[in-house]
Amino acid sequence: MGLLDYFKRRGTGSIAKDRLKLVLVSDRAGCSPEIMEQIKNDIIAVISKYIEIDQEGLDIKITQTDSETHNGSVPALFANIPIKDMKGSKK
Amino acid sequence: MGEVIVVTSGKGGVGKTTSTANIGTGLAMLEKKVVLIDTDIGLRNLDVVMGLENRIVYNLVDVIEGNCRIRNALIKDKRYPNLYLLPSAQTRDKTSVNPEQMSKLCDELKEEFDYILMDCPAGIEQGFKNAIAGADRALVVTTPEVSAVRDADRIIGLLEANEVDQTHLIVNRLRMDMVKRGDMMSSEDVCEILAVDLIGVVPDDENIVISTNQGEPLVGSDTMAGRAYMNICRRIVGEDVPFLDLNEKNNIFSKLFGKRRKY
Repeated sequence: MGLLDYFKRRGTGSIAKDRLKLVLVSDRAGCSPEIMEQIKNDIIAVISKYIEIDQEGLDIKITQTDSETHNGSVPALFANIPIKDMKGSKK
Repeated sequence: MGEVIVVTSGKGGVGKTTSTANIGTGLAMLEKKVVLIDTDIGLRNLDVVMGLENRIVYNLVDVIEGNCRIRNALIKDKRYPNLYLLPSAQTRDKTSVNPEQMSKLCDELKEEFDYILMDCPAGIEQGFKNAIAGADRALVVTTPEVSAVRDADRIIGLLEANEVDQTHLIVNRLRMDMVKRGDMMSSEDVCEILAVDLIGVVPDDENIVISTNQGEPLVGSDTMAGRAYMNICRRIVGEDVPFLDLNEKNNIFSKLFGKRRKY
Protein backbone atom coordinates (compact mmCIF):
# COMPACT_ATOMS: atom_id res chain seq x y z
CA MET A 1 0.00 0.00 0.00
CA GLY A 2 1.49 3.27 -1.13
CA LEU A 3 1.58 6.45 0.85
CA LEU A 4 -1.17 7.95 -1.30
CA ASP A 5 -3.39 4.91 -0.70
CA TYR A 6 -2.84 5.36 2.99
CA PHE A 7 -4.24 8.86 2.88
CA LYS A 8 -7.06 7.94 0.53
CA ARG A 9 -8.05 4.95 2.61
CA ARG A 10 -11.34 5.40 4.35
CA GLY A 11 -11.54 4.05 7.88
CA THR A 12 -13.59 0.90 8.18
CA GLY A 13 -15.45 2.51 11.09
CA SER A 14 -17.35 4.83 8.76
CA ILE A 15 -18.08 1.91 6.42
CA ALA A 16 -19.60 0.09 9.40
CA LYS A 17 -21.65 3.14 10.29
CA ASP A 18 -23.04 3.58 6.79
CA ARG A 19 -23.87 -0.09 6.41
CA LEU A 20 -25.58 -0.14 9.79
CA LYS A 21 -27.67 2.91 8.97
CA LEU A 22 -28.99 1.23 5.84
CA VAL A 23 -29.67 -2.14 7.43
CA LEU A 24 -31.43 -0.53 10.41
CA VAL A 25 -33.76 1.46 8.19
CA SER A 26 -35.08 -1.73 6.62
CA ASP A 27 -35.02 -3.53 10.01
CA ARG A 28 -37.09 -0.80 11.59
CA ALA A 29 -39.52 -0.66 8.69
CA GLY A 30 -39.97 -4.43 9.03
CA CYS A 31 -39.16 -4.80 5.34
CA SER A 32 -37.27 -7.99 4.58
CA PRO A 33 -35.26 -8.42 1.36
CA GLU A 34 -37.96 -10.88 0.21
CA ILE A 35 -40.68 -8.23 0.53
CA MET A 36 -38.47 -5.69 -1.24
CA GLU A 37 -38.10 -8.14 -4.14
CA GLN A 38 -41.89 -8.53 -4.35
CA ILE A 39 -42.38 -4.76 -4.31
CA LYS A 40 -39.81 -4.45 -7.06
CA ASN A 41 -41.54 -7.04 -9.24
CA ASP A 42 -44.92 -5.40 -8.72
CA ILE A 43 -43.53 -1.98 -9.66
CA ILE A 44 -42.03 -3.46 -12.82
CA ALA A 45 -45.37 -5.06 -13.72
CA VAL A 46 -47.35 -1.85 -13.21
CA ILE A 47 -45.01 0.57 -14.95
CA SER A 48 -44.33 -1.81 -17.83
CA LYS A 49 -47.96 -1.42 -18.86
CA TYR A 50 -47.23 2.15 -19.84
CA ILE A 51 -43.51 2.59 -20.28
CA GLU A 52 -40.72 0.31 -21.42
CA ILE A 53 -38.28 0.25 -18.55
CA ASP A 54 -34.87 -1.25 -18.04
CA GLN A 55 -35.71 -4.08 -15.66
CA GLU A 56 -32.07 -4.91 -15.00
CA GLY A 57 -31.25 -1.36 -14.07
CA LEU A 58 -34.19 -0.93 -11.72
CA ASP A 59 -33.14 -0.34 -8.16
CA ILE A 60 -35.35 0.17 -5.14
CA LYS A 61 -34.31 0.60 -1.54
CA ILE A 62 -35.40 2.13 1.71
CA THR A 63 -33.26 5.08 2.73
CA GLN A 64 -33.37 8.13 4.94
CA THR A 65 -34.47 11.44 3.60
CA ASP A 66 -34.71 14.84 5.23
CA SER A 67 -38.23 15.58 6.31
CA GLU A 68 -39.80 18.96 5.65
CA THR A 69 -42.38 18.70 8.40
CA HIS A 70 -40.55 16.69 11.07
CA ASN A 71 -37.20 17.57 12.38
CA GLY A 72 -34.52 15.20 11.19
CA SER A 73 -34.86 12.40 8.72
CA VAL A 74 -37.65 9.97 7.86
CA PRO A 75 -37.48 6.67 6.01
CA ALA A 76 -38.33 6.81 2.32
CA LEU A 77 -38.76 4.25 -0.42
CA PHE A 78 -36.35 5.23 -3.14
CA ALA A 79 -36.79 3.83 -6.64
CA ASN A 80 -34.53 4.43 -9.60
CA ILE A 81 -36.30 3.26 -12.75
CA PRO A 82 -34.43 3.79 -16.03
CA ILE A 83 -36.80 4.26 -18.99
CA LYS A 84 -35.87 2.57 -22.27
CA ASP A 85 -38.54 3.95 -24.56
CA MET A 86 -41.89 5.62 -24.22
CA LYS A 87 -44.54 3.34 -25.73
CA GLY A 88 -46.85 4.93 -28.23
CA SER A 89 -45.52 8.45 -28.20
CA LYS A 90 -48.15 11.12 -27.71
CA LYS A 91 -47.96 12.68 -31.15
CA MET B 1 -39.51 2.22 46.85
CA GLY B 2 -36.77 0.69 44.73
CA GLU B 3 -36.07 0.78 41.04
CA VAL B 4 -35.80 -2.24 38.74
CA ILE B 5 -33.10 -1.96 36.08
CA VAL B 6 -32.69 -4.57 33.36
CA VAL B 7 -29.27 -4.98 31.76
CA THR B 8 -29.79 -6.28 28.25
CA SER B 9 -28.21 -6.36 24.80
CA GLY B 10 -29.76 -8.78 22.33
CA LYS B 11 -26.44 -10.14 21.21
CA GLY B 12 -24.51 -12.44 23.50
CA GLY B 13 -20.99 -11.85 24.71
CA VAL B 14 -21.04 -8.06 24.74
CA GLY B 15 -20.70 -7.77 28.52
CA LYS B 16 -24.14 -7.92 30.13
CA THR B 17 -23.10 -10.08 33.05
CA THR B 18 -19.84 -8.22 33.62
CA SER B 19 -21.71 -4.92 33.51
CA THR B 20 -24.41 -6.17 35.90
CA ALA B 21 -21.78 -7.36 38.39
CA ASN B 22 -19.79 -4.14 38.25
CA ILE B 23 -22.72 -1.74 38.28
CA GLY B 24 -24.40 -3.66 41.11
CA THR B 25 -21.21 -3.65 43.16
CA GLY B 26 -20.65 0.04 42.38
CA LEU B 27 -24.15 0.96 43.54
CA ALA B 28 -23.50 -0.97 46.75
CA MET B 29 -20.27 1.01 47.19
CA LEU B 30 -22.41 4.15 46.93
CA GLU B 31 -24.27 2.73 49.95
CA LYS B 32 -27.39 1.65 48.13
CA LYS B 33 -29.13 -1.57 49.01
CA VAL B 34 -28.85 -3.70 45.90
CA VAL B 35 -29.96 -7.12 44.69
CA LEU B 36 -28.70 -8.70 41.47
CA ILE B 37 -30.93 -11.25 39.77
CA ASP B 38 -29.50 -13.66 37.22
CA THR B 39 -32.44 -14.31 34.87
CA ASP B 40 -30.46 -16.48 32.47
CA ILE B 41 -32.06 -19.77 33.50
CA GLY B 42 -30.01 -22.76 32.35
CA LEU B 43 -26.87 -20.70 31.71
CA ARG B 44 -26.00 -19.39 35.15
CA ASN B 45 -22.98 -17.07 35.20
CA LEU B 46 -23.47 -14.02 37.36
CA ASP B 47 -22.58 -16.13 40.42
CA VAL B 48 -19.08 -16.95 39.12
CA VAL B 49 -18.43 -13.39 37.98
CA MET B 50 -19.35 -12.25 41.49
CA GLY B 51 -17.29 -15.03 43.07
CA LEU B 52 -20.30 -16.40 44.96
CA GLU B 53 -20.68 -19.75 43.19
CA ASN B 54 -19.93 -21.80 46.29
CA ARG B 55 -22.66 -20.28 48.39
CA ILE B 56 -25.72 -21.14 46.33
CA VAL B 57 -28.43 -23.10 48.12
CA TYR B 58 -31.66 -21.98 46.46
CA ASN B 59 -32.22 -20.20 43.18
CA LEU B 60 -34.65 -18.03 41.22
CA VAL B 61 -36.86 -20.94 40.17
CA ASP B 62 -37.08 -22.16 43.79
CA VAL B 63 -38.34 -18.72 44.79
CA ILE B 64 -40.85 -18.55 41.92
CA GLU B 65 -42.14 -22.04 42.65
CA GLY B 66 -42.41 -21.31 46.35
CA ASN B 67 -39.86 -23.92 47.46
CA CYS B 68 -38.23 -21.32 49.69
CA ARG B 69 -38.68 -17.75 50.89
CA ILE B 70 -36.94 -14.99 48.96
CA ARG B 71 -34.62 -14.22 51.86
CA ASN B 72 -33.42 -17.81 51.97
CA ALA B 73 -32.34 -17.70 48.33
CA LEU B 74 -30.54 -14.35 48.51
CA ILE B 75 -26.75 -14.69 48.83
CA LYS B 76 -24.94 -11.94 50.67
CA ASP B 77 -21.89 -10.54 48.85
CA LYS B 78 -18.39 -11.23 50.17
CA ARG B 79 -17.44 -7.59 50.53
CA TYR B 80 -20.57 -5.47 50.73
CA PRO B 81 -23.25 -6.35 53.30
CA ASN B 82 -25.86 -4.30 51.39
CA LEU B 83 -25.36 -6.32 48.18
CA TYR B 84 -27.21 -9.57 47.42
CA LEU B 85 -27.41 -12.05 44.56
CA LEU B 86 -30.39 -14.14 43.54
CA PRO B 87 -28.78 -16.82 41.34
CA SER B 88 -30.38 -18.51 38.38
CA ALA B 89 -31.19 -22.22 38.14
CA GLN B 90 -28.69 -24.24 36.16
CA THR B 91 -30.74 -27.37 35.50
CA ARG B 92 -33.99 -25.79 34.36
CA ASP B 93 -35.00 -23.80 31.30
CA LYS B 94 -36.54 -20.43 30.50
CA THR B 95 -40.10 -21.76 30.48
CA SER B 96 -39.90 -22.45 34.24
CA VAL B 97 -40.75 -18.79 34.84
CA ASN B 98 -43.22 -16.40 33.22
CA PRO B 99 -43.29 -12.59 32.99
CA GLU B 100 -46.15 -12.21 35.49
CA GLN B 101 -44.20 -14.13 38.14
CA MET B 102 -41.09 -12.02 37.51
CA SER B 103 -43.08 -8.84 37.74
CA LYS B 104 -44.53 -9.93 41.08
CA LEU B 105 -41.09 -10.85 42.40
CA CYS B 106 -39.76 -7.41 41.39
CA ASP B 107 -42.61 -5.70 43.20
CA GLU B 108 -41.79 -7.59 46.39
CA LEU B 109 -38.07 -6.83 46.18
CA LYS B 110 -38.74 -3.13 45.53
CA GLU B 111 -40.10 -2.87 49.06
CA GLU B 112 -36.74 -3.72 50.53
CA PHE B 113 -34.06 -2.73 48.01
CA ASP B 114 -33.03 0.56 46.37
CA TYR B 115 -31.96 -1.13 43.14
CA ILE B 116 -32.90 -4.46 41.61
CA LEU B 117 -30.58 -5.30 38.69
CA MET B 118 -31.72 -7.96 36.25
CA ASP B 119 -29.03 -9.69 34.21
CA CYS B 120 -30.90 -10.53 31.01
CA PRO B 121 -30.07 -13.51 28.78
CA ALA B 122 -29.10 -12.97 25.13
CA GLY B 123 -31.89 -13.20 22.58
CA ILE B 124 -35.42 -11.82 22.35
CA GLU B 125 -37.41 -14.86 23.43
CA GLN B 126 -38.96 -15.96 26.71
CA GLY B 127 -35.87 -15.20 28.83
CA PHE B 128 -35.79 -11.62 27.59
CA LYS B 129 -39.51 -11.21 28.20
CA ASN B 130 -39.10 -12.53 31.74
CA ALA B 131 -36.20 -10.18 32.46
CA ILE B 132 -37.91 -7.00 31.27
CA ALA B 133 -41.33 -7.79 32.77
CA GLY B 134 -40.87 -5.80 35.97
CA ALA B 135 -38.30 -3.30 34.72
CA ASP B 136 -38.62 0.44 35.29
CA ARG B 137 -35.60 1.26 33.17
CA ALA B 138 -33.09 -0.47 30.93
CA LEU B 139 -29.37 -0.36 30.32
CA VAL B 140 -28.61 -1.58 26.82
CA VAL B 141 -25.05 -2.85 26.47
CA THR B 142 -23.41 -2.89 23.07
CA THR B 143 -19.95 -3.01 21.56
CA PRO B 144 -18.98 -0.82 18.59
CA GLU B 145 -19.53 -3.64 16.10
CA VAL B 146 -22.21 -3.95 13.43
CA SER B 147 -23.76 -7.14 14.80
CA ALA B 148 -24.02 -5.88 18.38
CA VAL B 149 -25.38 -2.48 17.35
CA ARG B 150 -27.97 -4.02 15.06
CA ASP B 151 -29.19 -6.30 17.84
CA ALA B 152 -29.20 -3.41 20.29
CA ASP B 153 -31.49 -1.50 17.92
CA ARG B 154 -33.92 -4.40 17.90
CA ILE B 155 -33.83 -4.58 21.69
CA ILE B 156 -34.46 -0.85 22.03
CA GLY B 157 -37.53 -1.21 19.81
CA LEU B 158 -38.81 -4.10 21.92
CA LEU B 159 -38.22 -2.19 25.16
CA GLU B 160 -40.26 0.72 23.82
CA ALA B 161 -43.03 -1.65 22.71
CA ASN B 162 -43.08 -3.13 26.22
CA GLU B 163 -43.26 0.28 27.85
CA VAL B 164 -39.92 0.28 29.59
CA ASP B 165 -39.80 4.04 29.79
CA GLN B 166 -36.18 4.89 30.23
CA THR B 167 -33.45 3.33 28.12
CA HIS B 168 -29.78 4.20 28.33
CA LEU B 169 -26.84 2.95 26.34
CA ILE B 170 -23.52 1.55 27.52
CA VAL B 171 -20.87 1.28 24.82
CA ASN B 172 -18.57 -1.46 26.01
CA ARG B 173 -15.13 -2.57 24.94
CA LEU B 174 -14.26 0.60 23.04
CA ARG B 175 -10.72 0.82 21.70
CA MET B 176 -9.68 4.43 21.43
CA ASP B 177 -6.63 3.57 19.32
CA MET B 178 -8.86 1.98 16.68
CA VAL B 179 -11.37 4.85 16.83
CA LYS B 180 -8.48 7.26 16.31
CA ARG B 181 -7.36 5.60 13.14
CA GLY B 182 -10.94 5.36 11.90
CA ASP B 183 -11.26 1.61 12.17
CA MET B 184 -13.87 1.51 14.90
CA MET B 185 -17.14 3.36 15.36
CA SER B 186 -16.93 5.88 18.17
CA SER B 187 -19.41 5.97 21.05
CA GLU B 188 -20.92 9.07 19.39
CA ASP B 189 -21.42 7.11 16.17
CA VAL B 190 -23.17 4.30 18.02
CA CYS B 191 -25.31 6.76 19.95
CA GLU B 192 -26.32 8.59 16.80
CA ILE B 193 -27.31 5.37 15.06
CA LEU B 194 -29.36 4.05 17.97
CA ALA B 195 -30.81 7.42 19.00
CA VAL B 196 -30.75 6.75 22.75
CA ASP B 197 -28.91 8.55 25.52
CA LEU B 198 -25.47 7.37 26.49
CA ILE B 199 -24.87 6.59 30.15
CA GLY B 200 -21.32 5.33 29.89
CA VAL B 201 -18.40 4.21 27.77
CA VAL B 202 -16.28 1.33 29.00
CA PRO B 203 -12.91 0.96 27.30
CA ASP B 204 -11.56 -2.42 26.33
CA ASP B 205 -9.47 -3.33 29.34
CA GLU B 206 -7.64 -6.57 30.09
CA ASN B 207 -8.23 -5.94 33.79
CA ILE B 208 -11.81 -7.08 33.18
CA VAL B 209 -10.55 -10.57 32.36
CA ILE B 210 -8.28 -10.54 35.38
CA SER B 211 -11.09 -9.47 37.70
CA THR B 212 -13.50 -12.04 36.26
CA ASN B 213 -10.85 -14.74 36.76
CA GLN B 214 -10.81 -13.84 40.44
CA GLY B 215 -14.53 -13.38 40.84
CA GLU B 216 -14.14 -9.83 42.06
CA PRO B 217 -15.74 -6.95 40.16
CA LEU B 218 -13.23 -4.16 39.47
CA VAL B 219 -15.60 -1.22 39.74
CA GLY B 220 -14.06 1.68 41.62
CA SER B 221 -10.51 0.35 41.21
CA ASP B 222 -7.79 2.43 39.62
CA THR B 223 -8.24 0.90 36.18
CA MET B 224 -9.84 2.38 33.08
CA ALA B 225 -12.81 0.02 33.19
CA GLY B 226 -13.09 0.38 36.97
CA ARG B 227 -13.40 4.15 36.68
CA ALA B 228 -15.80 3.90 33.75
CA TYR B 229 -18.16 1.61 35.68
CA MET B 230 -18.06 3.84 38.75
CA ASN B 231 -19.03 6.82 36.60
CA ILE B 232 -21.98 4.85 35.26
CA CYS B 233 -23.10 4.08 38.82
CA ARG B 234 -22.92 7.73 39.80
CA ARG B 235 -25.00 8.68 36.78
CA ILE B 236 -27.57 6.02 37.70
CA VAL B 237 -28.04 7.49 41.16
CA GLY B 238 -28.55 10.89 39.55
CA GLU B 239 -25.16 12.56 39.88
CA ASP B 240 -24.07 14.71 36.99
CA VAL B 241 -20.76 13.15 35.99
CA PRO B 242 -19.34 14.76 32.85
CA PHE B 243 -18.15 12.64 29.96
CA LEU B 244 -14.55 13.56 29.56
CA ASP B 245 -13.11 14.05 26.14
CA LEU B 246 -11.44 10.77 25.32
CA ASN B 247 -9.28 12.48 22.74
CA GLU B 248 -7.34 14.23 25.42
CA LYS B 249 -5.37 11.11 26.17
CA ASN B 250 -3.72 11.26 22.81
CA ASN B 251 -2.07 14.61 23.22
CA ILE B 252 1.45 14.87 24.48
CA PHE B 253 0.51 15.89 28.01
CA SER B 254 -1.77 13.01 28.70
CA LYS B 255 0.81 10.68 27.19
CA LEU B 256 3.24 11.99 29.75
CA PHE B 257 0.70 12.09 32.55
CA GLY B 258 -1.42 9.24 31.27
CA LYS B 259 -3.08 8.39 34.57
CA ARG B 260 -5.74 11.03 34.23
CA ARG B 261 -7.95 9.28 31.72
CA LYS B 262 -11.59 9.09 32.62
CA TYR B 263 -14.68 7.78 30.95
